[in-house]
Amino acid sequence: MIELKSLTISKARKHLIDGDFTAGDLTDAYLKRIGEKNPDINAYLEVFDDVRAQAEKADRILKENGDKSPALCGIPFATKDNILIRERTASCGSKILEHYRATYDAGAIRKLKEHNPVFLGRANMDEFAMGSSNERSAYGLVRNPLDETRAPGGSSGGPAAAVAMDGALAALGSDTGGSVRQPASFCGIVGLKPTYGAVSRSGLIAMASSFDQIGPLAKTVEDVRLVYEAISGNDPKDSTSFSKPPVADRRPQTKTIGVPDYLEKMEIDEDVRKNFDDALEALKDRGYKVKTVSLPNATHSLAVYYILMPAEASTNLARFDGVKYGLRASGSDLFDDYVKTRGEGFGAEVKRRIILGTYVLSAGYHDAFYAKAVSARQSIAREFVDAFAEADVIATPTTPTPPFKLGEKTADPLAMYLADVLTVPANIAGIPALSVPAGTVIRDGGELPVGIQFMGPHYREDVLFAVGEASEASR
Amino acid sequence: MIKMMDTAELEKLARLARIAMSPEESQGFRADFNAILKYVSQIQTVSDAAQTEGGSGALRNVMREDGEPHESGVYTDILLHEAPEKENNFVKVKKILP
Repeated sequence: MIELKSLTISKARKHLIDGDFTAGDLTDAYLKRIGEKNPDINAYLEVFDDVRAQAEKADRILKENGDKSPALCGIPFATKDNILIRERTASCGSKILEHYRATYDAGAIRKLKEHNPVFLGRANMDEFAMGSSNERSAYGLVRNPLDETRAPGGSSGGPAAAVAMDGALAALGSDTGGSVRQPASFCGIVGLKPTYGAVSRSGLIAMASSFDQIGPLAKTVEDVRLVYEAISGNDPKDSTSFSKPPVADRRPQTKTIGVPDYLEKMEIDEDVRKNFDDALEALKDRGYKVKTVSLPNATHSLAVYYILMPAEASTNLARFDGVKYGLRASGSDLFDDYVKTRGEGFGAEVKRRIILGTYVLSAGYHDAFYAKAVSARQSIAREFVDAFAEADVIATPTTPTPPFKLGEKTADPLAMYLADVLTVPANIAGIPALSVPAGTVIRDGGELPVGIQFMGPHYREDVLFAVGEASEASR
Repeated sequence: MIKMMDTAELEKLARLARIAMSPEESQGFRADFNAILKYVSQIQTVSDAAQTEGGSGALRNVMREDGEPHESGVYTDILLHEAPEKENNFVKVKKILP
């Protein structure tokens, strides 16, 4: 019997090389666990029918190559339902793509396949990655494995819950405004949003293309780093992706953590704030200095985001028209086909954002909203670059509250959007950001996880991993 | 000050976006949009002196040679398999000209 609770990628790797268990044994242990937990949690929408064959292949490679085998060989993964795996369904949590079968591999999947991991199945998500609680999937909500009355966060709630329930060792999610980090925080695991362009977006079903990034979720910073190293790098199919950073930044580290002044203007749960302050104190004991950094415009990041993201989403989702793939509902003529297909295929939040995006791009409002937001985004990005002259990393709580109750925010879209207020700035600036578990708070007599977020300069994931591991070790 | 959205404007936007809404959705959206637009209007206070590159680092054109096409037809089957309606090797839609 393999003990999954304390298992990590690096530990599993050692056991696989030493022959303590095979990839087949490991896969069986995860399948068993998924069978027990998934009916309650709903983290997986589908467990693939070929997982044992994948594991057998990994075992052949491990047997032949020993410790020369690829780093993630035989490691069981969950992948978010918006990341394409050729000839597998990718529904994006939506009815409009219910029967869509991917015609190619995403860039990140192509890179991962070189390692021969085991893709266990596709994980649930908010429809088109639009949500912060995973209550907006067309295939049912996901429950937080740590407290089933609460949300796992979103939109990568399925991937986060899959790892947290010991239903996978690692997962791929996507982060447009916090969709990897916020669920990682809510589920007590580690999640990374890489620098914009570090991981190919090819084959990630697009929401807002100037923000979207695929990112890993796992139990430790080291595991997240291993997955990040496997999936990052240039892909000719995504012209924004890079291998070598276009800007060299190898400044010596001063072990300085910046705390943005905008935290004081935000409504943050008292216990979450205390937890954050304690985490900083613990880092001080490890030689880090903490100082306040000024980011005067960054406090408007969420407002900027809720103009630019719907604008890009309304454009990206125009492709779902019932012609080339996905659902088609038949109307009286071609125009009516479009209107009915999209009316029946999209859920309320997707419609809301498409119409909002159409509004901010329409002739009368383009300058007041879209153009202004583009310029504000540049100001905020510049502020972050300047702030990193004073600090190696910038830290905040990952989320303003602990995991909230299911149903608590579904009636009020704006309240749901505010769950991303601390994660969105990194997407606005295109910088990398890591969420690491930082203790717990007590609610209704139970412990709930809280995360600390570290944001780094462009291309400096290495700095995040270093401070993330220090924070992990100080707990 | 941003003018609040009325029903006629919402219906026009939904038509532009090719989206059918139920009457309940339409009513709910109007209230949601007015709350959201009020919130995002705070961007008017952002000082936008910085007209420099931002966001995703230095902007640059990414070009490639227009060559090495794939063999004609190699993706036809897998792509057409996803089309809701097809005829021979074409996707089929209702007539476009009235």
